[in-house]
Amino acid sequence: MPQITFVEPDGTRREVSARPGESLMAAATRANVAGIIAECGGSAMCATCHCYLIDGALPEAEALEAETLEFVAQNVQASSRLTCQITVTDTMAGIVLQVAPR
Amino acid sequence: MSVVIIGAGHAGSQLAVSLRAEGYAGAVTLIDAADALPYHKPPLSKTFLKDPAALPQPLRAASAYDTAGVERRTGMVTAIDTAARVVMLDGEALLYGDLVLATGARNRMLPDLAGAANVHSLRDLADAMRLREALAQAQRVTVIGGGFIGLESAAALAGIGKSVTVLEAAPRVLARVAAPETSRHVQETLTGLGVTLRLDWTGQGYRRDGDRVTAVLGATDDIPCDLILVGIGAVADTALAKAAGIACNMGILTDAHLRTSAPHVWAIGDVAETPHWQAGAALRIESVQNATDQARHLARLLSGAEPTPFRTVPWFWSDIGPLKLQIAGLAIWADRRVMRDEGARLAVFHLAGDRLMSVETLNSPADHMIARQLLESGRTPPDAVMVEGAAALKAWLAQG
Ligand SMILES: Cc1cc2nc3c(=O)[nH]c(=O)nc-3n(C[C@H](O)[C@H](O)[C@H](O)COP(=O)(O)OP(=O)(O)OC[C@H]3O[C@@H](n4cnc5c(N)ncnc54)[C@H](O)[C@@H]3O)c2cc1C
Ligand code: FES
Repeated sequence: MPQITFVEPDGTRREVSARPGESLMAAATRANVAGIIAECGGSAMCATCHCYLIDGALPEAEALEAETLEFVAQNVQASSRLTCQITVTDTMAGIVLQVAPR
Repeated sequence: MSVVIIGAGHAGSQLAVSLRAEGYAGAVTLIDAADALPYHKPPLSKTFLKDPAALPQPLRAASAYDTAGVERRTGMVTAIDTAARVVMLDGEALLYGDLVLATGARNRMLPDLAGAANVHSLRDLADAMRLREALAQAQRVTVIGGGFIGLESAAALAGIGKSVTVLEAAPRVLARVAAPETSRHVQETLTGLGVTLRLDWTGQGYRRDGDRVTAVLGATDDIPCDLILVGIGAVADTALAKAAGIACNMGILTDAHLRTSAPHVWAIGDVAETPHWQAGAALRIESVQNATDQARHLARLLSGAEPTPFRTVPWFWSDIGPLKLQIAGLAIWADRRVMRDEGARLAVFHLAGDRLMSVETLNSPADHMIARQLLESGRTPPDAVMVEGAAALKAWLAQG
């Protein structure tokens, strides 16, 4: 199971074991990562799973994710991702995501 | 000081953790009839049916309740005494300081079909598990009702190779909740997925074999089926409140602060009928956003915040096969529409005179996200800007 690091809003680093096939959001929710609310359950509606990729690489955002992010009101940066739209793979081991402020 | 919450769905679960986040210091008890970690309902009619191995998706980890000091109890609340401030939980009396009714809604059932062995409806995890299990033995599925849950399920089941027929009494699907243009796109997509749509349907009864229904009889032909899914809407679960003398209409009536007619009793989520800021009229809204936003609002009130009326821009989504339908605002008072139909995507702007009320989109998340900001701002762009596109709307909004 790849280890993913989430940096919570207060700076706490949380290392989470993610299961290949689930979303990064699901892994974070299971581990109760602070700031990942995931209100819409992964439907790209709420942006409460918004994180910045601060270390490592992820596949390019697909249309739904990219467009939703582009038009979200707050705090969007070049490194922004909706973690509910990203399916965990083994190659993601070691990446670091920072939970975006709301 | 204590809060007892009846119902651990989207509303109740959110309230329990939000109370602590807002600094509430008293005891918080969260009660649900079902013995399950509170879970997301929307996937039940979307992804869950398609994958026999899919697990329910928890709203939050069990540890989130522990961290927030929320006591979770399983059981059915059978009575409320608002004078003594007591609820009966499976025969045990629980005292409350404040009581929150978050009991959700129940599916309507066709009386003729109630109890038949191969008739299903979809509201909670138990329903979804029962349906998913039965699907293994069923090829021909008849969905009664062309609303959100019926159509989402129809698309999902066609996607796993079932022969699906949807029966709808109205001349179009989603007739009560979407514009005709949206209905047309949805109908074309469903047909493309192999779903048979029977609109203007008038049922003439059922053919039965023992405790099973083997066909739905129509005016001109019969539709044989192995399984029936009834999706004809939901009614608020008001029985408990009514028995306690709490004022109800279609739902439990509240004021703009989510207070019911009984002191120290509040209602949130699908069960609550609350004055809506856009119209003043009381409305019952069935959506995740409404449930969780009302929960957060009430958490602030119960934690001592200055009372303000509940006011949010509603939003809603439905995934029907490859279509993402997104709705912001409420269209019920609108009297005209502005349309942008690009084939692969659709945006319908509902206006009441010169005021934007709601925006309905298919596969156009950009329009949806900007629509929420527009409705929040209370400003209405010129028709030409709506027709032009999401980027134009964003630029118009930014001009201030
Ligand atoms: C299949 C399906 C798909 C949906 N899809 C979407 C969607 O895509 N987007 C969207 O926005 N909304 C969707 N919804 C609607 C959304 O799920 C509801 O609006 C939301 O669940 C409302 O939350 P709630 O907490 O008010 O009620 P619920 O989530 O229904 O929770 C109520 C809880 O109260 C419990 N309860 C009731 N009475 C008692 C009692 N006497 N004692 C103890 N416990 C009791 C019940 O067991 C239940 O768990 C969908 C609903 C369903 C059923
Ligand atoms: S969980 Fe709602 S957008 Fe990701």
